[in-house]
Parts: sequence; C-alpha cells; structure tokens
Amino acid sequence: MSTSDTTRIVGAPVHRKEGVDKLLGRARYVDDMEREGMRHGTTVRSTIPRGFIRSIAFDRRIDWTEFTVVTAADIPGKNHIQLIFADQPCLADGAVNHCDEAIVLLAHPDKHKLREAAAAVKIEYEPLPAIFTIEESEQQGVIVRGTDNLIKSFLLEKGDVDSAWANAAHIVGGEYRTGAQEHLYIENNGMIAEWSAAEGVTVWGSLQCPFYVHKSLLAVFDLPEDKVRVIQTETGGAFGGKEDFPSILAAHAGLLAMKSGRPIKMVYDRMEDLAATTKRHPSRIRHRTALDKDGKLLAMDIDVATDGGAYSTLSSTVLSRATLHSPGPYVCPNVRVRSHSWATNTVPYGAFRGFGAPQAIFAVERHMDEVAAEIGMDPIELRRRNFLHGGDTTATEQVMREPVILERLLDRALGESDYYARRSRFARDNPSSAVKRGMGIAAFYHGSGFTGSGERYLNSLAGVDVTLEGKVRVLVSSTEFGQGTNTILAQIAAEAIGVDYDDVVMAPADTGIVPNSGPTVASRTSMVVGRLIERAGAQLVAMLREQDGLGEHFTREEFFAACERHRAAQGEVRSLCRYEAPANIFWDDRKYRGEAYPAYAWSIHVAQVAVDTVTYSAEVENFWAVQEVGRVLNPVLAGGQIEGGVAQGIGYALYEKVVLQNGHMANNQMTNYIMPTAEDVPPIHVFFEEIPFQHGAYGAKGIGELPHDGPAPAILNAIRDATGVGFCAIPLLPEDLFAKLAAPETVAEGAAL
Amino acid sequence: MSNCGSSIRFTINGRQCVVQTPPMKRLLDVLREDLHLTGTKEGCGEGECGSCSVRMNGELVNSCLVPVLQAEGATIQTVEGLAVDGRLHPLQQAFLHRGGAQCGICTPGMLMAGAQLLSINPHPTMGEIREGLAGNLCRCTGFMRIFESVMAAAAQDYAPSTARAADAR
Repeated sequence: MSTSDTTRIVGAPVHRKEGVDKLLGRARYVDDMEREGMRHGTTVRSTIPRGFIRSIAFDRRIDWTEFTVVTAADIPGKNHIQLIFADQPCLADGAVNHCDEAIVLLAHPDKHKLREAAAAVKIEYEPLPAIFTIEESEQQGVIVRGTDNLIKSFLLEKGDVDSAWANAAHIVGGEYRTGAQEHLYIENNGMIAEWSAAEGVTVWGSLQCPFYVHKSLLAVFDLPEDKVRVIQTETGGAFGGKEDFPSILAAHAGLLAMKSGRPIKMVYDRMEDLAATTKRHPSRIRHRTALDKDGKLLAMDIDVATDGGAYSTLSSTVLSRATLHSPGPYVCPNVRVRSHSWATNTVPYGAFRGFGAPQAIFAVERHMDEVAAEIGMDPIELRRRNFLHGGDTTATEQVMREPVILERLLDRALGESDYYARRSRFARDNPSSAVKRGMGIAAFYHGSGFTGSGERYLNSLAGVDVTLEGKVRVLVSSTEFGQGTNTILAQIAAEAIGVDYDDVVMAPADTGIVPNSGPTVASRTSMVVGRLIERAGAQLVAMLREQDGLGEHFTREEFFAACERHRAAQGEVRSLCRYEAPANIFWDDRKYRGEAYPAYAWSIHVAQVAVDTVTYSAEVENFWAVQEVGRVLNPVLAGGQIEGGVAQGIGYALYEKVVLQNGHMANNQMTNYIMPTAEDVPPIHVFFEEIPFQHGAYGAKGIGELPHDGPAPAILNAIRDATGVGFCAIPLLPEDLFAKLAAPETVAEGAAL
Repeated sequence: MSNCGSSIRFTINGRQCVVQTPPMKRLLDVLREDLHLTGTKEGCGEGECGSCSVRMNGELVNSCLVPVLQAEGATIQTVEGLAVDGRLHPLQQAFLHRGGAQCGICTPGMLMAGAQLLSINPHPTMGEIREGLAGNLCRCTGFMRIFESVMAAAAQDYAPSTARAADAR
C-alpha cells in the first residue's frame, strides 16, 4: 500500500467524474430517456392494510383494449422478490399485507390516461385485523406473520450481565424511540423495461445494486442469467432507498413490457414514492446499565426492537447492525443485547444510510447523558472513562487491532467547538433569556463493509480493462448516486496504474458488461471495492512488465503502447481481482462473536442548539463533526459526504415525521413531510484525522453512513443541556417540546424554565 | 391531446420557439417533452423542491406550477442556457471545483436559483445566499458546498478553499 505522502491523485480534490454532465443538464436520468414505441406504466395499490382480495373489477367506462393489464397471474416465474428471504410477492395474489401494496399494473401510450384508469379498477376486500406498532406485534394478539410475528432475533452475550447488578454503585435504565424516516432522494424511483423472446428482459433504472435487481428478475421471469440485463441510469440520490426497492419496480416494468411487447417506462410521482416505498425502521431500544462508583461501566443490558413492516426485505441485517452498534464505542466487561424485528402491516421498512446504527447510537448516546446526569458526572468525562482503546475488546470480543483514537477526536472536537466556553456562557445567559442554548455531543463508530462473514459470501470481483480508445476503464457494478463512486474508483485506478485521472473512465453499470463487485451499500465501496481496483491496477502493471516489455519506470504513453502490444498478442487488456478476506478474521454467526467488521470509522459530533421557549422550536445553530475514516481519498467529496449526512441526521432528529393513518402514509408530500432547507442547516464544521487502514484502498475505510449516526443524539443531548429535560424520542417536533417544557405549573406562573 | 393545442410563442435560451400544446400543460412538461430540454427536473410536482426552477422574465419560477399559456411572449432560461459556446458559467465552474453537485438532480434548479440571485445581487452575503436558495432542496450536500460555490462564483475564485483542503488532509 502506498502511504499518503507518495500519492499523486489519491487524496487530491479532483473534479467529480460525471460533474460536467450534471452541471450542463445533460446527465441522463431514467425519466430523461425515451425508447421507440414506449408506453407508460402505473400501479393499482391496496387501500387497506390487511385482508383478502375478493374481486378485481374493471369499470366499463374505460376502453380497456387500449391498456395492457397485468396481475399476479401473468408472472411466468415465481411471484416473489428475491432478497434475503423470498416472502414479498411481486404482485399481491389473493391477500394484501399492507396499504399501497401493488396488485394490478396498467400501461398505455398516453401517461395522462393512466390515473383515471387506475381509479377505475375496483378491488373488493375482506378486511382482516391489522397491526401497526412494535407493541401490537410483540403482544401477539393478532398474528400477521408466521406463528409469532417475529422476523428475526439475535442474542449477543459477553461476560455475565446478571451477576453484575449486585456489585454496582449505580444502575440506570432508559427507553429510547426513533421514528420512520423517508430517504427523500430528489429523484423518485423510476425504471424502463424492454422484453423480447430472444433477448429476455432488459431494464434501465435508478438503482444502487444492479445484481440485486438481476437476481430478483431471474426468479420472476424464470430466465437464465444471460437473458436478464440490468443497466443503472444516472441516479438522483438513493441513501439506501434504491437498494431493495428497485427490484420490485424492475419486475413490474418488465411484466408490462413482456405482456405489451413494448418498452415500458414507470416513474413514480412524489406521492406514490413516499406512500409505497421503503423507509428507515422505527425502533424502541431499552438500556439498563450498571456502573461502579467511578463511573466505569460494569454491565450493559440492551433490548432492541425494530418495526420491520409487512415483509422481511433487509430487516434481519438492519437488526444485525443495530445489535452490533447498540453498546456504543465503550469498554464493558458484561454486555447482553437481545434484539427482535417485528412484523406489522405497514409498507416494509428497508435500507437507509446507517442501516440500524442511527437507531442504536441514538439510544446509547442519549442514554450516556442520562447516566451522567443520574450519577452526577460530566457527560464528557463519563465517555472518556469508558472509551474503547486499541487492544480492548468489543461486545463481540473483537480485539481492536487497529489504533482507536477516540480521545484525540474528542479533544479536537471540544477544542474546535470551544465546547466548555460556550457551555458555560449559555449556562450563564439562559436564565435571563427565552431562548435556551446548549451543547451536546455524541461519540460513535460505524462498522465499514458487510457484517461478519458478509464480504466472504459476496466474493466480489472487480477490475480494469483498457479500451480501444486508449482509456483505462474501471469494471465494477458499484454505482454512482452522488456519493462519489466514479471519482474515487477512477482516482484509485489512476494512482495504482500510474496514469492520469483523465485517462480513466467508468464502464457503464450494466450487468452485461461489468463483473459483480457486490452491492453499493454498507460503506464498502471505497474500502473493499477500491482495494480490488488498487490490486487490479497493480496486477495489470505487473503483467505488462512481465509480458509486454513495460519498464520499471514508464510514461503514460509507454503504458498505453505496452497495452496495445498486449492486445495484439492476447486480444484484450484486462485485469480482475477477487476479494480476499484479511487474515485472522473470524466471525461466529451463531454466537454473534468475533470480528463483526473488518474496520471501524470513528467520530465525535458536537451540536449547539437553541430552544425557543415561546415558539417551542429547536434550532441547530452550529455543528462540528470530527472523524477518523482512514485515508481521505478526495477531501472535497469526503467533506460533502459528512455535511450531507449531518444535514440528513438533523432532519431525522428535529423535522422528519412519517404520519401513518391506518397504515397509509398520510403526509406523503413534500409540503408536509419536512426536510431541512438552506435556511435550516447550521454551519457544519468538518475535520478529519487520518490513520490509513492497511486493508482498505490506499488506507481508506467506510465514510458514507457514519455522519448520519451522530446528529440526533448530539442534538437531543444539547437540548437536555439547554432545558434540563431529557427527551428520549425522535423526531422531536415543537409540539413534543411544548408537551414537556410547558408543564402546567410553569405555564400558570408565566415563567420559562 | 396533442391536436387540441394552442400555439404558444416564447424565447428559450435565446432562441425563438413556437409550441403547439394544450394551454394548461405544465411548462415543465413542455420543456421536457416538447422541447426535449430534460435538464430541468421534476422532484415533487407541487412547487416545494425547486428542482424544476427556471428563469422566466427575470424571475425564478417553479416550472411545475406554470401553465404554459403564461409563458406566451416570455423569455425563459433553463440550465441548458447557462454555458456559452461550451464555456461553463461561473456558477457551473464553482460547483465543479467546490463540490456543489453530488447526485446532480437538484443541480439544474440550484444553478438557476443561484444565477437569479447573482443577477440581482452580484455579491450576496451568506444570509442572502441561504434565502436565495431556500426554495431549492438538496438531500445530498447539506448545502454547505452549494453556499460556498455561489460565494466562489460571485468572487470568480473557484479553487477549493485551502482551509478546507487542509482540514481534510
């Protein structure tokens, strides 16, 4: 591995690879594409949360001969969406398990005729009792899935929690809740499909994981691998929301294409996207914590519950990550985490940036401040006394082999934010002000890459080839959706080979062209896929030296000349590498013990918050994010990842509420699902400490999800500092602040807090 | 539908045009479907996200809320009209250097809002930039680098700030 001092392109703020196309408005998103003879598709969805479908009638006022109509009966293969499990139907057949579940598909040449036609499909149901909360599901009064409503459970145990309580100086309990959150990518889900007997199914769409869609289409269409082709179009934001859902939309568009014999475009409008697609799992997390008289942790007993919705999607792996992040970045000899994901009759919850970690970290980092208050210790000091260090073991008994620099990050964060001076100034000013200010922190890690043995199972393949036009081309199924895949991987390829950044292009994310480098999820692209590209580049140079007379030192002209000699002799210039797990990695899936992640990114967030006790609005006035993510491959892109994640985390904490009415999202519009605007985000100050990770590309670890983990607990801790009241649930809206801060007696006295 | 239209004339990116269209068709759809100017994006269809922002007669408008009949005789600029002779507009330069675009879907609207702001206020303060962009939602960047890009375009100083680059190393 090269060190940070010797790289030319890695670490430099090179321009985004597809940046000019995006700035000129010529980047092609799926809704910008047309196909010859294309028709438009739409979806008829369930209007009840649970029940049997008794009949489907087509109103005679519509001339249905103009339309293509697809139901479950038209599916040539299996009527399920293949993900971890295969429990979600592609189209409901006989029964529905949530509102807005797809039942009938329609297509017509004129998209303006679809709305009226969809309303003219009359579906009669025999309703069944439905449940919408974790509590209703775990009480098992109504069983909506299997025999017990349980999607997945885990038990993680270290030491002996039950024996620790007797010796504790302090025992502190707490319960913390998080709501659903919508990704709110600005480009809605969309897909175009074509079908022919000779070619099978081809789809173009807004998606993160071409081979997830590919695998799912194989089952729905009962086709061999070479008869399904998935091509990613420019993707306008994803955040996990285009990890699992596009498999459904691709199948729907493909079915309409097969039945009509025409290309089909299906692009959701905002209301449909909000109502029908996945969101972040709501959670309820309980902590019971034992400490000695010095504030050292003795035991953590944690109960994690998530609402998985009507089908399993990725709930089991989201629960896994929540479980593994729930004890926080602390050393504790006795830890038990019991976790359950429960089925309800809501739209399935799915992947969302952080993937269970934001829920878990909200709970543990809010809890640490409650513990500190309970035992009379400064919350910074409590954390400092319990931080993990290199050589310590985590709750899964993973030994921290790499350096852990939480104290350095904390000191930097306290210094950059002028934490103590601000805090004391606010404490002095608050009593005479209607606006109460406070400072809050959160300390956390985010595991990079797939959990446990996940990367081994993925067995990713990636590499480079050299085109006839004389460009190095990166061959990955890893996709660009704003986070910088194209740029980072091109930087790595150019660095590893020794050519210019402009000499490198990305192959289209097309399953007919690129190998399966795994899904673009789990903060794995820079670290894992980037490492494959680094190795493939070095392997290509070694091959050209050995076989084609490339010298020890070479110019880019000499490199491309050697490539052409290789092509003349071998027919192609291509170098692929397969994932190799680092040595000494052991994970026991049954006992949930061992190396949970190959690497961890570490971060401290500090929030300055103002709570207006007249309007009961809370505003984040300033935000500091200090992190160690290994080597920073591109400072402009890395900074943008942190800032964007923090802003999304601020929305999670203070603005974004999914309101369900009988299982249907009632506020499925941007008018009433509120995200932070340009006037709401505070200045976000971003600082990196770099410790290269030896198994990541040029020392990189994961970065993308980390910044979403910390804002919510840091902000609510700051609100506690400002008001003296600990709020334990998000989103925390003005009405929630009002309910607790405007207690009747204080209102009667006309006084603020 | 297409044969029951009216003739609407306007100037788009400096070029005269006439479209035959139903008069209540959204300007957004006329741009994208009739004129094939797909740089202008739809994000919400109700005037909340600003992805469809275009400049019309010196005002910033959400083209999803404008029936095309209101564009009769208007002068309209879209993202496709920003670069001149293949040279990026200062805002485009700044967004490229400073990381103002990530997924790119809000970018055309954001650029038009930025261009509108700079046309009436060539050297805006940070507060004025926040206000000028408040009708345009970005879910990727957290807005910081967009604000910085507008500042940089006003100053025509495009290189990433050394302070930030130093922080990042």
